[in-house]
Amino acid sequence: MPTKCSMKLLLNYLCNLFRSFNCSMATTTGLESLVDQIISVITNDGRNIVGVLKGFDQATNIILDESHERVFSTKEGVQQHVLGLYIIRGDNIGVIGELDEELDASLDFSKLRAHPLKPVVH
Amino acid sequence: MLFFSYFKDLVGQEVTVELKNDLAIRGTLHSVDQYLNIKLENTRVVDQDKFPHMLSVRNCFIRGSVVRYVQLPPDGVDVDLLHDAARREARGA
Repeated sequence: MPTKCSMKLLLNYLCNLFRSFNCSMATTTGLESLVDQIISVITNDGRNIVGVLKGFDQATNIILDESHERVFSTKEGVQQHVLGLYIIRGDNIGVIGELDEELDASLDFSKLRAHPLKPVVH
Repeated sequence: MLFFSYFKDLVGQEVTVELKNDLAIRGTLHSVDQYLNIKLENTRVVDQDKFPHMLSVRNCFIRGSVVRYVQLPPDGVDVDLLHDAARREARGA
């Protein structure tokens, strides 16, 4: 049963892991600028997960803290499912967006109707 | 390597990235890396009514593996230069 202490250790280890990678390429996109920011992740199965980026690595695996999933539907408003501390594997990630909190606060989720995103087809 | 170099020269241009899940994102090309992951600034989704999922996102990182097309301004491309470079690359490989 993972304790809160061991989860914090895991978080620290993984955060240090990304810092030890040296960037040799001239243009490295890197997610470093997004660490500790609230981000919106679109996964390959069409899910939208929002949380705080805690760490990442070269394979774009990410650690997301305080995360919740936003479920869009055409029949009812946006639902939010709380998830907590997550590691999302890089090969399942499509887009990582920097969430603008002001813009986000101005949205009325109960009124939004949309089809869920399609899954990624290679 | 060729397309990595090519995209590095395109930094600053307005592009539209169409993804493999049919989502299309327009923005200014901020940076690119060896995996052709793309970072866009000032982003807006092309069909905002159909895809409200990213309404509050203004800057994003797009994983290279999920890109279907990168739509470029027609005058932003030197086709002859690209053609030459591609020919050289093909010969080398």
